[in-house]
Amino acid sequence: MNWLLDLTPDEWNAVRLSIKVATVAMLFSLPPGIAIALLLARGKFWGKTLLNGVVHLPLILPPVVTGYLLLLTFGRRGPAGAFLAEHFGIVFSFRWTGAALACGIMGFPLMVRAIRLSIEAVDRKMEAAAGTLGANPLFVFATITLPLILPGLIAGSILSFAKAMGEFGATITFVSNIPNETQTLPSAIYTFTQVPGGDDGALRLTLISVVISMAALVASEVLARRVGRRMDIE
Amino acid sequence: MSVLVDISHRLGEFAIDARFESAGRLTALFGPSGSGKTTLINMIAGLIRPGEGRIAVDGRVLVDTDAGIFVPKHKRRIGMVFQDARLFPHMSVAGNLRYGRWFTPPAERYANMDAVVELLGIGPLLDRRPAKLSGGEKQRVAIGRALLASPKLLLMDEPLASLDDARKAEILPYIERLRDETKLPIVYVSHSVAEVARLASDVVVMAQGKVAASGPTGAIMQRLDLLPVEERGEGGAVLDTIVLRHDEAFGMSVLRSAAGEIRVPRLAISVGAPVRIRIRARDVMIATEQPTGLSALNILPGIIVAVSPGEGPTVEVGIDCNGATVLARITEQSRHALNLRLGSKVFAVVKTVSFDRANTGAGLPAEADG
Repeated sequence: MNWLLDLTPDEWNAVRLSIKVATVAMLFSLPPGIAIALLLARGKFWGKTLLNGVVHLPLILPPVVTGYLLLLTFGRRGPAGAFLAEHFGIVFSFRWTGAALACGIMGFPLMVRAIRLSIEAVDRKMEAAAGTLGANPLFVFATITLPLILPGLIAGSILSFAKAMGEFGATITFVSNIPNETQTLPSAIYTFTQVPGGDDGALRLTLISVVISMAALVASEVLARRVGRRMDIE
Repeated sequence: MSVLVDISHRLGEFAIDARFESAGRLTALFGPSGSGKTTLINMIAGLIRPGEGRIAVDGRVLVDTDAGIFVPKHKRRIGMVFQDARLFPHMSVAGNLRYGRWFTPPAERYANMDAVVELLGIGPLLDRRPAKLSGGEKQRVAIGRALLASPKLLLMDEPLASLDDARKAEILPYIERLRDETKLPIVYVSHSVAEVARLASDVVVMAQGKVAASGPTGAIMQRLDLLPVEERGEGGAVLDTIVLRHDEAFGMSVLRSAAGEIRVPRLAISVGAPVRIRIRARDVMIATEQPTGLSALNILPGIIVAVSPGEGPTVEVGIDCNGATVLARITEQSRHALNLRLGSKVFAVVKTVSFDRANTGAGLPAEADG
């Protein structure tokens, strides 16, 4: 059994990197995810269908295509990439930040979907009641809407995290497969399968993948149940 | 304190065109469902923007479409109690109660947590979650929550409509206390004659989006033609009385009214307390001479001051009993047989057992007295 737990430093790095990338992707997706979900759930504006389509694109496009589009726009010579590098010093190409961006984008439609559904389930009469008690719209959102959609936020975040842990195609296309920088768990497993004698390493990382994903799932279940018990449906 | 509403509004096929002004303690917006009363109250609260018109509370203009004024709901300082309570499910009862306090400038906070909790009898509920409350408890908490925002006007949109009779009887006394013990004016939407007769000082009758009549409760309740068809049997005279004494031997209370002494089943309130009773027109018999050998205990002498045709074979007879008008619904045949005309001297006869919880102010339930 020893070979199972005895990870090489490179393998550990891949595990740590994956968790870092997935966490950053999830946290940075959350604010725009809530904003877009709100727009889609409640907004009435021209181009709503288009926005919905764009948000869902990563779900239906081949991941390689998404990765290539990211390379074109956020690469060193891409318009957004050049702008961000020049003015803010943020570089995505061939960095772990690029992996986080790719993972965030790929998980975004899943997150938006979960949050949007929970926003649509919110009883708007509750918000009206809060308004008659003197709360301004921003305060109503913070004290009524957000707590009521908490289960959706948790579900969306976990989906985004899980998607990021498993993302391969877009990441490898956009930021390649550089050990210690952009080599996430799936990339590392892929690398192991390409070299002779890599079976042990591939299996070790596969098991670790399973454990992390299961842990995330269980954590979300526990959280969602605690939230649910706290507010029971009336 | 006054409420002025003068609006016209279209909702698809339905048009509302209403104007009323009231300075009453508790103004009832009364009418059948679909008459536009809930839309009106939502406009006062700021939840619906009227197509055209003006709304002012105590001289403060909240809506004036000509001048382009529309005060948003959170700046109106108008409390609202909804039919479905709408307690926030993620907060405890105490959290719900405190919610509105945050938004009231300290100088304008007149509502006191302890006093409101005591007034509504919700002390034991404070730590509970809304999901664990009964319908009646929810409604009491909702009233408390609205009060604690220290509003300048309280709106109540059919607060009892989704409750059964026992729960209604549980809450009505609290609303009476609210009306009598605070200075807060109330606008109360209802389709129930029983609630309006018991609670309202003034009534605005709505029908098909228009104001059909408005005035003091006593005068409006006499006009059976204004009542919704299914509630017409509930209509009748509304008398303000005082408990004169309790007759413990027979389990009755004796009330003093302008029309004379009235015996009703024992009320759970003390001697000297005011009680408003409603004598349904269908419960009143007319005798042309002082009846003897009759089981009915309430015999009120008076003079006929109004006779108008009612539904089907009935006529409605108004009897002035020493200044208070009692309404009787009898058949045209009886009127003819007894030769009842304006000015006839008659006796209005009312059985004690025709009074029940619904038409006497039954007083606070015993457990809430302390």
